[in-house]
Amino acid sequence: MSSNFTIGVRFLLAKRKSMLMSLAGITFGVGFFIVTQAQTSGFEGFFVKTILGTNGALRVRERIQDTLRSMSVDESGEGFQISHKEGKRYVGDVAQPELVADAIRQFGNVAGVSRVVTGSGQLVLRGQTRPVQAYGILLDDHLGVSDLSEQIVFGELSDFRRTANGVLLSRYLAERLDVGLGEKIVFRAAGKARKLTVSAIYETGVRDIDKVRLFIHLRTARSILGKPFGASFLQVSLFDNDRAPHDARRMIEVTSHHVSEWQRREKVWLDVFKILRLSSAITVSVIILISGLGMFSVLAIIVMEKTREIAILRSMGYQRGDISKIFLWQGFVITLSGTLAGWIFGFLMTLGLANLPIRIRGIFSTDRFVVNWSLSHYLTAALIAFVVVMLASYFPARRAARLEPADVIRGTSA
Amino acid sequence: MADSTPSSFPGVTLACEKLERFLGEGENRIQILRQVNLELRSGCIYAVTGPSGCGKSTLLYTLGLLDREDAGEIWINGTKVSGATDGERTIIRNRNIGFVFQFHFLLPEFSALENVMLPMMKLGELTHEAMQIRANKLLDEVGLGEKSSRLANQRSGGEQQRVAIARALANQPDILLADEPTGNLDQNNSTVVIDLLCRMAREQDQTILVVTHNPAIADACDYTLPMLDGQFVPRD
Repeated sequence: MSSNFTIGVRFLLAKRKSMLMSLAGITFGVGFFIVTQAQTSGFEGFFVKTILGTNGALRVRERIQDTLRSMSVDESGEGFQISHKEGKRYVGDVAQPELVADAIRQFGNVAGVSRVVTGSGQLVLRGQTRPVQAYGILLDDHLGVSDLSEQIVFGELSDFRRTANGVLLSRYLAERLDVGLGEKIVFRAAGKARKLTVSAIYETGVRDIDKVRLFIHLRTARSILGKPFGASFLQVSLFDNDRAPHDARRMIEVTSHHVSEWQRREKVWLDVFKILRLSSAITVSVIILISGLGMFSVLAIIVMEKTREIAILRSMGYQRGDISKIFLWQGFVITLSGTLAGWIFGFLMTLGLANLPIRIRGIFSTDRFVVNWSLSHYLTAALIAFVVVMLASYFPARRAARLEPADVIRGTSA
Repeated sequence: MADSTPSSFPGVTLACEKLERFLGEGENRIQILRQVNLELRSGCIYAVTGPSGCGKSTLLYTLGLLDREDAGEIWINGTKVSGATDGERTIIRNRNIGFVFQFHFLLPEFSALENVMLPMMKLGELTHEAMQIRANKLLDEVGLGEKSSRLANQRSGGEQQRVAIARALANQPDILLADEPTGNLDQNNSTVVIDLLCRMAREQDQTILVVTHNPAIADACDYTLPMLDGQFVPRD
């Protein structure tokens, strides 16, 4: 072990109380940083998972059509037409969903494609009427692009699979209509009415979805909604969801359809989470910053109190660099100890928080705190602590190194 | 490092020529050392005496490379060191010079043994075990062998100064510079300390320069160098 390190630690231990204050500050700072990041990124991740599991990573919608402006040059009609692009317009639904789906499946990142026919209607039961949005799906295809199987809270998907007029109803709608499994409800749309049997009840936790969405078989939807061909949209799942914007751009080029990626669709909420995460990081970093200031004052006091010792060390052959290192080691020891203690503190707090019951519905569904266990939170907290404290240690260390031993000794001589 | 010497200093460990040193700034700037010439030989003990403020301590710090000269030259073991960088001067202090000050300046967080080991740890030529053996031997020689593990601040003034002497001798320096080493001690301890210094000089063939007000100590030295107004004067 280097003599600089040993001297530094002994100097530090001599100021035990002040040192413990700085240590506690760094421990709390690092710990709180970890727990706030675990929590905010946990909820963000859970929100993203919910969104991807509900609406998919990509949605392919209307066809993009170049608009043409024609100009007749010759009155006889034998003249020619000049056309040029003056923009784009979106045309209807996906007219040939099978062809588009086949094209999309060629993308290496695509995990699944589901054709969906949607339409508005009303659910009618015991005199109650509720406006709803029916989603006609091919169950197996849709299970490949969503977390529908995980979202079932009552009943079985197998019941839905074998019931032609089966419906997957949200828990919200089931509770509002006071309807249970196996009961029949009437769905009215486009002037038609069809009796549907509640096969299972799901819950996404996303209030806007649960309030209106119900799933029926694609064939049933085509029949009731009067949409025998095409699809309202294609829902696409990806292996690597972060590549969605890139894939969306390429799909637009290939299919000439409008493709929206989840990052764009959920931009508002994602921005909210990002701001929350950033603001909590800044807030908690202030604790570390204050600890750094504490460390600065502890070291500055040690330097003032130890000028004679510094002078004698210099007289016996310790270089200016050695004196600097003695104080930087003190900063390092405090940072390392504080960071390790902060990691443990942060880990335990995160663990405690993860088991804390809390019921959240609205943008997702959870009954306990969602936390994200990420090494990056621990490393970022350590990095902030190291930068702040080592910077705070640098200035007293530099001051100590600049002391002229003869001046100090002369000042203490009789 | 520094220039090589003229070989005109056989047996001379420490020498200076036309050494000048000023302290203070602007109007307060005063000359402390005036063209000081000195040659100190190994195995001899020199006492620098004189009234307060005559430049004794400044001479000691300048010769010991703790302070930088404004003019003149310094040689240690025949090598000119006056133009050396701060880093080079620090290395020379570690290898060739031991200091004993009026106040012991021991590190209170360390035991006597550890205090003595500090210069050796910096030099880094011995193993930890060898350093301990040497430090114990030095503490034995100053009569503190059995109390080596006690913290420095748990000792009497005389004992602390003896630890400081052991520490100054840790790297077997050629030169030992002592600034009022007994200035803070009673008569008994003063005698012990000065006897110790004399014995060390003889046994280890060191050059010792002692700055003192104490005539008894000056008398115990081989040579007395009276100083007045920043220069040596003939002895009365």
